[in-house]
Amino acid sequence: MSDTMRKVAIARKIARPNTKEFIEDIFDDFLEFHGDRLYADDGAVTGGIASFEGIPVTVVGIQKGHDLDENVQCNFGQPGPEGYRKALRLMKQAEKFKRPVITFINTAGAYPGIGAEERGQGEAIARNLKEMSNLKTPIISIFTGEGGSGGALALAVADTVWMLENGLFSVLSPEGFASILWRDSSRVEEAATLMKMTAKDLMKDKVVDKIFYEAKEGIENNLQYTTDQIKTALRETLPELRGLSTEGLLGRRYKRFRQYGEFTE
Amino acid sequence: MNLFGKKSYFSLDGNEDKKKNDRRKKRNEPSIPDGMWIKCNTCKSIIYKKEVTEYKLCPDCDAHFRMSPEERIAITCDEGSFTELDSNMRPMNPMRYPGYDEVIENAQKKAGIPEAVVTGHAKIDGYEVVLAIMDSHFMMGSMGSVVGEKVTRAVEYATQYRLPIIIFTTSGGARMQEGIMSLMQMAKVSAALARHDEAGLLYVTVLTDPTTGGVTASFAMLGDIILAEPKALIGFAGQRVIQGTIHQKLPEGFQRAEFQLEHGFADRIVHRTKIREELATILKLHSS
Repeated sequence: MSDTMRKVAIARKIARPNTKEFIEDIFDDFLEFHGDRLYADDGAVTGGIASFEGIPVTVVGIQKGHDLDENVQCNFGQPGPEGYRKALRLMKQAEKFKRPVITFINTAGAYPGIGAEERGQGEAIARNLKEMSNLKTPIISIFTGEGGSGGALALAVADTVWMLENGLFSVLSPEGFASILWRDSSRVEEAATLMKMTAKDLMKDKVVDKIFYEAKEGIENNLQYTTDQIKTALRETLPELRGLSTEGLLGRRYKRFRQYGEFTE
Repeated sequence: MNLFGKKSYFSLDGNEDKKKNDRRKKRNEPSIPDGMWIKCNTCKSIIYKKEVTEYKLCPDCDAHFRMSPEERIAITCDEGSFTELDSNMRPMNPMRYPGYDEVIENAQKKAGIPEAVVTGHAKIDGYEVVLAIMDSHFMMGSMGSVVGEKVTRAVEYATQYRLPIIIFTTSGGARMQEGIMSLMQMAKVSAALARHDEAGLLYVTVLTDPTTGGVTASFAMLGDIILAEPKALIGFAGQRVIQGTIHQKLPEGFQRAEFQLEHGFADRIVHRTKIREELATILKLHSS
C-alpha cells in the first residue's frame, strides 16, 4: 500500500478522535450551541463557545461518530446547508464578541441529497467562503481527518490552516477521481498519490502552514500527544493574530487565498 | 477578438469516423452543430439551421442551447463595446496530471478559446460593466487556476473602477486535473467578491445551463441579483452522485432553474431574448 493510501485509511478510521473529543481535550468550559436559526440543527456540525487558557473562543467543527448510532446522529460527518449555516451563525457571533474562531474539519464532503439541494447546499457553502474571507476576527482551521472538497473548504477560509499528520484535503475523493477521470475505480491508489492530498504535499503548495504529529500507537490511543502540540501552536498563534489590526488581519487573509493558482501569461 | 476565430460547433455533414464519434459523445449536449440541419436534444426535432437566430433557441420547443462567449457578447453588449481582459492567460499543470497539456489543447481546438472563461469590460445600453462569461464547450466550463484568476481579476478590476460586474455562469465544477488548486479558486473568487460587495457595488449573476459543483458553491450563488435562464440545470451535487447516495429517483424538474426559483435561490427566470433588456433596467436602477 502506498503511503498516501495508508493515510487515507487512517484518516477514515471509525475510531479516529472526532471534533468533540478534540474540543474537550484542548479547551475548557465548552458550551455546545445548536441550530442555524433558519431551519434545523445539523448534527454533522458541532460548535459553541469555550475558553483556551483563559481566552474566550468560538469553536466549530464537523462531527463524525464512532458507531452507527452516533453516525446516524451526525449524518456520518456530511453536513447539509443547515450545518454550514449554523457554523456561519456561530462565526458571526464570534465576530461580534471579538472571539477568535477555531474550526475542526473532518468530512468526506457536503451531503449530496435532495433536501440539501432544495435548501441550497451550494448557496450555504458559497456564503461561508465569502463571509469567512471577511470575518473581522482571527480564524484558525485544523484538518483532523478527511478534507473532502467544498464541504471542507466551507470551514477553512482561515488566517492559518493546520493539519494532522494523517489529515487530508482534496478536490474530491481518490475513488471519485479514478472513476470520473479514468473510469477505472481500481486505480484509486494511483489517484491518491497523484492528487497530492497529504499534509506534506499541501504544505509544499502553501495550503497548509503547520503539521501536527500523531503518536506511534495511533491517535485513537493517545490523543494528548497531538493535542499538546495543538495547544502549543494556539498559545503562540492566538496572541499574534489577536495583535493584528482588523485591516492587517483581513489583508493577510486576502493575500493568503489570492496567491493560489498556476498559470502563464 | 481573433481568439474567437474557430467555430465551437461540429459538423453534421462530415463522414469520417471521428466526426461520428464526436457526435455520439455529444448527443446529450444541447449545442448546435454546424451543418444545414440540427437536432434539438430537448424536443428531438430536426431543425433547419437557418431558423435558429442569434439567440440560439430551438424554434420548436424554445430550448435554450448552450452558447459561446462570443455569441453571448453579441446579444448582450452594445455593439463593439467589449474589450477583453487577460486574454493571454494560459493554464499550466499544477498537479502534473499526465496528458493534461493534450487535454487542454483539444479543448482549445474544440471551443476556439484558450480557457473556459472570457472576461472584459463593455457597455450595456450605455452602462459600463465588467463581464465574465464562462463556456461549457471548454472542458465543461470547469474551474481551474485560469478561470479562478481571470474571474478574480475581473472582480478586482470592477472594485478598483467602481463598476458593476455581471457573470454568466456555466460549469461542471472544479477542474479535477488541477487538484487542490482548483478548489482554492472558490475561496479566491469569493474573497474578491466580498471586497466588491463591501465597496457597495452591484454583482449580478446569470445562471445558464449547466451551473453545478464548485461554481455554484462559490460565485454563482453570491450575486446581489441572481437571474437564471429557463430550464437551466443548477445545483451543487451531481445528479448521479445524489442518486448513488440516496438510491431513489430524483423528482421531475430537480435542480432546474424553476426548482431554484421555487426554493428561493434565484430572483428571476429570464428568457434569453429579454436578458439584455433586464440587465439594462437593473443597471439603470443602480446608477446614480
